[in-house]
This record gives sequence, C-alpha cells and structure tokens, in this order.
Amino acid sequence: MLKRRWATGVLVLVAIGAWQVVASLPGVDHLTLASPAETARAMWNDASLLFDNAWTTLVEVLLGLAIAVALGGAAAVVMHVVRPLRDIAYPLLIASQAVPVVVIAPLLVLAFDYGIGPKLAIVALICFFPVTVNLVDGLRAVDPEQLKLMRSLGASRAATLWKVELPSALPYLFSGLRLAATVSVIGAVFGEWAGADKGLGRLVLLGINQLQTPRVYAGVVILMAMALLLFVAATVAQRVAAPWSLEERTA
Amino acid sequence: MTTRLEAPVQEPRSISRDVLAVRSATRRYPARRRGREPVLALEGLDLSVRDREVLAVVGPSGCGKSTLLELIAGLQEPDAGSVEVAGAARAEERRRGCAYMPQSDLLLPWRDALSNAALALECSGASRAEARRAAAPLFERFGLGRFENARPNELSGGMRQRVAFLRTLLAGRPVLLLDEPFGALDAITRAQMQDWLAAALAHEPRTVVLATHDIEEALLLSDRVAVLSPRPGRVVAELEVELPRPRVRRELVSDPAFIGLEQRALEALGC
Repeated sequence: MLKRRWATGVLVLVAIGAWQVVASLPGVDHLTLASPAETARAMWNDASLLFDNAWTTLVEVLLGLAIAVALGGAAAVVMHVVRPLRDIAYPLLIASQAVPVVVIAPLLVLAFDYGIGPKLAIVALICFFPVTVNLVDGLRAVDPEQLKLMRSLGASRAATLWKVELPSALPYLFSGLRLAATVSVIGAVFGEWAGADKGLGRLVLLGINQLQTPRVYAGVVILMAMALLLFVAATVAQRVAAPWSLEERTA
Repeated sequence: MTTRLEAPVQEPRSISRDVLAVRSATRRYPARRRGREPVLALEGLDLSVRDREVLAVVGPSGCGKSTLLELIAGLQEPDAGSVEVAGAARAEERRRGCAYMPQSDLLLPWRDALSNAALALECSGASRAEARRAAAPLFERFGLGRFENARPNELSGGMRQRVAFLRTLLAGRPVLLLDEPFGALDAITRAQMQDWLAAALAHEPRTVVLATHDIEEALLLSDRVAVLSPRPGRVVAELEVELPRPRVRRELVSDPAFIGLEQRALEALGC
C-alpha cells in the first residue's frame, strides 16, 4: 500500500517534469502553456485570491453534492420500493445525465440570477445520476436469500429496507459518491462560467480573457486537487460508515 | 408409490398430534426459458410431523428438499395439495408458525453476532436494545458468550452457524426448518456442530424438520427419517429412529440398530 503511494508520487513528479520540459521547448507560446514553475509562482503570488475563490467553489460543490445525495437517495428508495416506478423512471434518469450542462447553465443563470442557486442546480444535476443509479443497483443487488429470511422472520417492508437493503446498498452509494465527487467540480465550473461574481471557475475564465495563463493553470491545479480530495473523503467516509465493505474477506 | 419400510408413524406415539402436515403437495417451477420444460420439484408428497419431533428429510441434491422446506415455511405455495402448520394452511399463517434457517448463515456483516441473532426479535417489533437484552442469555447458554460483539467475518464457519441457529431459535416459532445447516462445513466442524445441535435441541425441544444429504447426520439427530426420491421428490421410505436423544456419536456408529437403519436408508436412496 505504502509502496503504491510512493509510486503515485513518483508518477506525479514525472508528469510535472514532462510538463516543465514541454513548456520550455522553444516553439511553445507562454500564453497558451504555463510551465509548472510559472504555475507555482502564480499560486504563491495569488494565494489569497485563489483560495478565496476556491472556497466559494468548494461550498458550491459540497452543497450541490449534498442536494444530489438527498434527492438521489430519496429517488432511489422510492424507485426501489415502488417497483413499476423503477422501470418507468429509469429512462428519465438516463436522460438527466444527457442534459448538456453547458447549454442549460446560462439558462439557469437567466432564470435564477447570479447567486449560488444555479451552481447548486448544475452540480446536483450532474451528480444526481451516479448517486441514484448506483443506489438503485445496490438496493436491487441484495441477496434474494436474505430477503427470504427477512420474510420468514415476519419483517415488515420498512424493516427489511432499513435493516437489510439500505445497509447492504451503502457501498454502492459510496461508489456513486466517488464518481459524483469527481464530476461535481466540473459542474461548479460550468455554473460559474455561465455567470458568477466569485469562484475558481469565474477566476479561470477571467484569467483566459486577460491572458494570465499561469493563474489559469494554478486554478486548474486547485480544481483537480479539490476533486481528488473529495474522492478521498468519500472513501474515508465509506471506511467509517461501512467498514465491512472494505475489509478483506477472511473465509 | 411409497414403500413403507417402517410401521405407520402414528402407532407408538399416537398421543401427540401432528403439528405439521403436507398432503400430496406438488410444486412445479415454470420453465426459465421458452421452449424448456417446467421443472417438477415435488410430486404428491405426503409428510407429517408430530409435536416436538425431529424429522430428517434425506435425499440426493436437487430432490426438492429446499422446496419442501420453503413450502412448509410459507415462502412458496404448492401448485396442488396442501400444507398445514399448527392447523393453519395460509402462507402468511405458516410463516408465523415456522422459523427457517437457510443453507448459508446469511449473517449481516454490519451487525455483531448478538445483533445478528437478535434480528429475529427486532423483526417481530422489539427495539434493537430490547432484542439484544433478550438474546444475550441464550448466547451464554449456548457457548457463545465471548463472541457477542464479534463481527461475522471474525467468526469461524461453525460459530457463524451457531449464531444463525440462535437467530432461528429466537424467532420463537414452534417449528424449526433447518435446510442443510452444516452442509458448508468441513467434516470435523460438522461433527462438532451436530453434537452441539443435539444438545441445543435437548435444551430447547422444538418440532424440527432437518433437510440433509448426510444419513449419519439424520440418524444422529432425528426421531424419524423421511427418504426422498430424486426429482420430482416424493417420500419413498420413512424410518423410525427409536434411540434416545441426544445420542453419542461414538456409541451410535457401532450400534447395530444404527447400522441397520443406515443400510435401509441407503437402500431406499438406491445406493
């Protein structure tokens, strides 16, 4: 495990090295590609600006994710319990993922103004699908023998859902959450591009227009780090909430 | 066609009445795919079990033992014939009369051993704390005292079966249906578990239907053995095991009565 961490570190360093080499090639325009050194300098010089805006974006991402988990969780449970609804609503669920966020984002901003609302809507929209689909699949994947046992014990539908189906679907929910965590950041950036007065997405967009390329790259690196952090946080949360799902089987 | 190798069951113990009666039960599973024949799992099966009797159902794998147990348990309905548990024929009433222990232990990995056993009480309305409190004395009595807080993945196969059996017992139903409870265990652990179960049933006498493919297990634990034919399952022989329970394995295997019964069971199975 530790060895693999080291290997990842080395790989990141190699990637940064390659980036540096490409950026310092004679034909490369500094307005389109900032070197790691320039990016690092921008990050240092604009630290307070970057992190101030990153905080705004992080709040959008976390609240959007929370909305997606709440709505997606509820939708998945309802779809699971009301069997016909699952088959009826599944295509709609897939359609929700196909909504072109780039197009919808400006319309949401037009409708709901520059505030946090449209950003949350977009983050929630793109995170809704992985959360819901994974949870629906998880609820459906429960061992039928287990359900038979619950039936023979005289368990109510609610008891079966609460004591067996939901806990055993928990690892699936976390898989969905990990996927959602990585796309949520992109959602927030789209939301800010469509119109915002704060946030890393907006800062990056301004940076492009003002030819502040190093700042743009610094923003991108922070967005990537944010997604990575959320991914790790989802895994840690799984370890706390569903430790059995990560243990090696000792059979 | 049923060949009775033993006297009719009512004769010596006719004082106690039947708690469980299966009358010419037939169960047919629809074809899984079009063009295939439906599977006839049981055909015209007759069986009755007296109060506090341990009946072993022995048969080759695939002969419909699990189907029979699920029919009794009220998890399935027969296509023809009837099943009665304590006089009740409707499936949900049968479910209330039976506690079913499936082949695999089905312990929930997020619950510790005590809460897994207590699940049976929670399902009939007790809170988790109440259920744990009520289950704890049973853990002590059946040698699981130290394992109350162990997670299923920390328990050995035999221990897991014990917890699963306690869960079945805690359901508080008059009839226990045990579906090859030790089938997945190694021979030595299985022998230990059989002795454990024999002792447990001596302590907590219940009406039991034990499905097994192990003749020795059947003769060790039961009062009567019903031998099923290959699919479609029917009772081809019933053997009374008139030896006092709990039985000691070492004494049993050299007992001429045991050897005779074993031979007749093998004969009925066509071995």
